[in-house]
Amino acid sequence: MFEGRRQILLLFFIIIGLVFLGKLFFLQVIDDSYEKAADNNAIRKIIQIPFRGEVYDRHNKLIVYNTPVYDLYITPRKAHVRDTLQFCQLFGITRAYFDSTCKQAKAYSRVKPFLFLKHLSKEDFARVQDAMVDFPGFTFTTTAFRTYQSKAFSNALGYVAEINSNSLQNQKDDYYRQGDYVGVSGIESFYEEDLRGQRGVKYRMVNSNGVEKGDFKEGRLDIQPIAGKNLFTGVDIRLQEYADSLMQHKVGSVVAIEPSSGEILTMVSAPSYDPSLLAGRNFSKYYRDLALDPMKPLLNRPPSAYYRPGSTFKLIQALVGLQLGIITPGSVFTHAGAPVKCHAHNTSHNDLHNAIQWSCNPYFYHAFRKILYENTQGNTYERSAQGLQRWSELVANFGFGRKLGVDLGNEKKGILPNVEYYNKVYKGENTWKFSNIYSLSIGEGELVVNPLKMANVAAIIANRGWYIPPHLVKAIGDNKIVDPFYKTPVSVGIDAKHFGVVIEGMKDAVLHGTVGSDGRIPDIVMCGKTGTSQNAKGEDHSVFIAFAPKENPKIAIAVFVENAGFGGFAAAPIASLIIEKYLKGKVDRKAVEEKFMNKSYLPNVLSVTGPKPQKPKKDTLK
Amino acid sequence: MSNQNQLVSKVDWITVSLYALFVLAGWMNIYSAVYNPETHLWIFDAKFYDSNAGKQLIWIATSLILIICIFAIDFRFFEAFAPIIYAGFIGLLILVPFLGVTINGSHSWFKFGSITIQPAEFAKTATALLLAKYINEPQVNLSKWKNQWFSAAIIGLPMLLIIASNETGSALVFASFLILLYREGLPGEYPGLFIGFVTIFVSALLLSPWTILATLIVIAGCIIALSPIYIQRLKQTYVKAALFIVGIMFMVFLVDLAVNKVLKEHQRNRIKVLIDPSFDPRGLGYQVTQSKIAIGSGGFWGKGYLQGTQTKFDFVPEQSTDFIFCTIGEEHGFFGVMVVIILFVVFLWRLMYLADQQRSRFARAYGYGVVGILFFHFLVNIGMTIGLMPIMGIPLPFFSYGGSSLWSFTILLFIFLKLDSHRSDMLSR
Repeated sequence: MFEGRRQILLLFFIIIGLVFLGKLFFLQVIDDSYEKAADNNAIRKIIQIPFRGEVYDRHNKLIVYNTPVYDLYITPRKAHVRDTLQFCQLFGITRAYFDSTCKQAKAYSRVKPFLFLKHLSKEDFARVQDAMVDFPGFTFTTTAFRTYQSKAFSNALGYVAEINSNSLQNQKDDYYRQGDYVGVSGIESFYEEDLRGQRGVKYRMVNSNGVEKGDFKEGRLDIQPIAGKNLFTGVDIRLQEYADSLMQHKVGSVVAIEPSSGEILTMVSAPSYDPSLLAGRNFSKYYRDLALDPMKPLLNRPPSAYYRPGSTFKLIQALVGLQLGIITPGSVFTHAGAPVKCHAHNTSHNDLHNAIQWSCNPYFYHAFRKILYENTQGNTYERSAQGLQRWSELVANFGFGRKLGVDLGNEKKGILPNVEYYNKVYKGENTWKFSNIYSLSIGEGELVVNPLKMANVAAIIANRGWYIPPHLVKAIGDNKIVDPFYKTPVSVGIDAKHFGVVIEGMKDAVLHGTVGSDGRIPDIVMCGKTGTSQNAKGEDHSVFIAFAPKENPKIAIAVFVENAGFGGFAAAPIASLIIEKYLKGKVDRKAVEEKFMNKSYLPNVLSVTGPKPQKPKKDTLK
Repeated sequence: MSNQNQLVSKVDWITVSLYALFVLAGWMNIYSAVYNPETHLWIFDAKFYDSNAGKQLIWIATSLILIICIFAIDFRFFEAFAPIIYAGFIGLLILVPFLGVTINGSHSWFKFGSITIQPAEFAKTATALLLAKYINEPQVNLSKWKNQWFSAAIIGLPMLLIIASNETGSALVFASFLILLYREGLPGEYPGLFIGFVTIFVSALLLSPWTILATLIVIAGCIIALSPIYIQRLKQTYVKAALFIVGIMFMVFLVDLAVNKVLKEHQRNRIKVLIDPSFDPRGLGYQVTQSKIAIGSGGFWGKGYLQGTQTKFDFVPEQSTDFIFCTIGEEHGFFGVMVVIILFVVFLWRLMYLADQQRSRFARAYGYGVVGILFFHFLVNIGMTIGLMPIMGIPLPFFSYGGSSLWSFTILLFIFLKLDSHRSDMLSR
């Protein structure tokens, strides 16, 4: 009887077995979220952050290094404080803080370490270290703060801060975690991957109470931390400090480059800030203040600010004209017929040398007109287009309208107007001609540059036709690895023979031209060119570019002082002082030094954004 | 000598081998669950016997003694003394509230020196014996009401006493005697109704009443549509269908009421956790979640023996006892659990096959009692570790750590093997 029921029961058992196997197959083989959950449970990843690389100046002087700080952790179950008063005195904390933190720690876990006190200095640590034997259950971990030898290099150096949520989400390789420190601007950011080193990872097994139970897989998966690479910059920190002191009470930039190597000797952005404010426990407080400051101390102006080059651009105008064969050193233009005004100067024989020496506006008006019109095309519109095309191709070689590739993240391209640009502005081909765009002839109008570019122009002229992309860091790591990009000279397509007359003009501009007596260095031959960058919002900006000495130049420089008016007034004397300091190691002209250190050009109306591209000009030369 | 040889040849060695395999595998997993690479002990260490693995080794050794004792006893003893054994355990179950001690929150243990015994574990065997003896009576016919009631009384008495000592999980095991009764001629409607009720109960918990209602209407509609035309024309058909639906919905309502009013807080929570493990993730849900994590992290081949992190570091509570299956799942992966489940089904099949070989109805019925009890533990224990069953504190037979559990399953199984070895001596009826 009922023998068949065994088969029914067996079928039932098999079905249950299959249901279990199905569910188990899903849990174990298909769904892999459980593996992660298990690792989260039992494996604690301990991150070991290596020391960040240090930064050195060109004479191997340490500029940035790390200072260890100590965080104190409490493990409630092991912690035993017999004398609370003594403990509080030792650490300089109140009884209330002690009690509330202990309570929080216990609420968090009795067996896991809890952060008790943050960022104890090395001195505090040394002081309390011996006393700690009386207080079991307290442990220290080491972290590090960036420490700066000098306050003068903050903008180009950048700073290090906790990674923000945006960068955390958008990171490429999933390296950073919440709370990690990362280079935010300047070379700290550009060389982040070299500076940060390789983070170490230790895997420890923990039980359900969070108590460590040994190395996971005998430590085979652990990664040893590798210290960050040191950076060796071309910056002369003493010169940097000197330039920074000259720029106090001013808004503007100084960039000095060694022409033969492209190494940036000095990069000052004014006003600046004390870098130690952003390297410590009060980061967020100071950062807020700095970010809200209308003077924008966090902005690194040399690669980022916008200016018109003003008359300094006449040097390029001259070189382009010479290269195109449209003018010669002997070409003479009078003031007659030009809509641009000029300063009173000797015009009896107004050749190129004279025009550069006195920064003659009509001369370059006529020269640029010739550059645009002297070609094979038919009417003035078509000729202007072809002329501007030839012109803009050559000017672009000087780095205008594009990035030079400096090792900073915030380099701006600037604007070099070309045929395409004006076709867009005037809405169509052959709708504009020289008379619409003649402001370009004297470096005004739509032309926009930054101070770094102009320092590079000075280096190009010093080198007579080539440059190495300017850069702050000349070697990375103890192996002194160099990016080949920063070793390769770039030609600007102007024959070396054309530079002679320009350089002579620059020499005389300093000696008896547009530069005043404050800008002359008695025993050094400096070649320079003043500029006045038009500023719609207030007083014009004072611009000066130069290199020295005339033979075998060692330094090329650009100085921009906002709202300081004519280029010869503020920028040229400051540049001359920096050059003197660099070439002689000291400055003999103490009176000039003092005058410009104390002089304030702080504007009443602030403008740091620079000129906006102008509206199209009506044809005024009919 | 010849007697012994006879015995050796008559014992079913397939079942014995599977038993030995399960116990050994269980011990290895208990060893792994308590294994600590830092304070690692071996069996020659006296301290080893303080650990679960050490104690289980003692339980295994004593189980061997029990097996020898069972084989030494005359096979007729079990049938003859079934009522006395049953009465004895009923007595113990009555005494346990007064003389017992509390272990792990359960007041159901007797303590003799350092040994603790849970009578509820052994009451299953006693009940199986008495039920088999009762069915063995020639006049008993399980399709009769009277005999059904009497069988229910034999099962129900220890069940009620165990519920009284708050061991609902162990009490539910007695439902497994349905398998014995079914095999011995209980009409198929009873297990059918039982499964139907469980289905309704689970649906009532998992689904909203409206979903159930809609499903029922669709099912009824389909059945009617597929019926012959003359049935479709009868008014009665629709009345019946309506009554059927109303009846089931009423049961759904009762289940809701029961879950919310009758069940105790902790029982209700155990069921809620089954539906939604994220409910109370640090308390009750914790156990299920951690158990699933341990098993789920095993992958196909497992992490390797003694390599389980969840197992070793106490993430799953009751790791050695009720949740030993997690250890297998984590360290031996899907392959390991597949082997265990297949072998267990084979084991059950072998026992049913042996039971059907019996000439005596007593031995056969008892055999099916053993199958039922083992199957119920298998179903509920593995089911709860993978979140298919509510958490009931019942062990996985032969694998789980625990003296009472191992002893009781050993006795349960070997009484049957003893009976089986004498099947040719028994009278067939």
